[in-house]
Amino acid sequence: MKPLELATETRVRVESELDIVTARMRGRALAIQLGLRPTSATLIATAISELARNILLYAQDGEIVLCPIERGAHKGLAVIARDDGPGIRDVTRAIEDGYSTSGRLGMGLPGVRRLMDEFHIQSRVGEGTTVTVKKWNE
Amino acid sequence: MEVPILKQGPYLIAIIQSALTDADIVHLRDALVEKVGRHRSLGVIIDVTALDVMDSFATGTLRDMAHMVLLRGAETVIVGIQPDVAFAMVHMGLKMEGVATALDLEEGLAYLDQRTKAARHR
Repeated sequence: MKPLELATETRVRVESELDIVTARMRGRALAIQLGLRPTSATLIATAISELARNILLYAQDGEIVLCPIERGAHKGLAVIARDDGPGIRDVTRAIEDGYSTSGRLGMGLPGVRRLMDEFHIQSRVGEGTTVTVKKWNE
Repeated sequence: MEVPILKQGPYLIAIIQSALTDADIVHLRDALVEKVGRHRSLGVIIDVTALDVMDSFATGTLRDMAHMVLLRGAETVIVGIQPDVAFAMVHMGLKMEGVATALDLEEGLAYLDQRTKAARHR
């Protein structure tokens, strides 16, 4: 018998600053619900905050999808940040410390990469950007 | 949500009570920088105990605020950064360079008293 799945996928539309707060609150709540440590939940919430702000800053709108994930006995949370914005011309540089095209600190994407266990970015100029990050319980 | 700013003798105390949007943080920065002049304050305490996330924007804006307050002639101390928040900030590589921090409100007040001793006895 399949165990009862309490936590399900959550989608948060990102089109205003308030949505950044909503997305990270949902992410934290889901992480706790999935049994991740409070410290991990904070790292996840911080990563979501950065990803959601990037959506607003570069694409104006998009969405954050939160998915419970499993690998063997391990449980975790995947965060997918997706937009149909202008895309990133130089993905390799975008994940370097201190690189920014917005005049900001350039700590966002490299920071997110360090907060999470897995990091994947796909971007096409003119088509948009999808960043997928995962955090596993230990 | 607007952060209330209390005047306590020569100090201004801002106690953040819930999650803030980017605009809220910018508003807090501008209000504090303005009020330091209006009240001729010597010090500012920002209590971030209630913040469960300090991302690059929040950290950068608080740091700017402290530097702006200093340019207006007052000291700033940030109090109440939670252990998990500190952990996340270090992981991200976010720094509070040149900005004083203290454990809580009490320690923050003690720090400001120390720093502004000479000015208060003029």
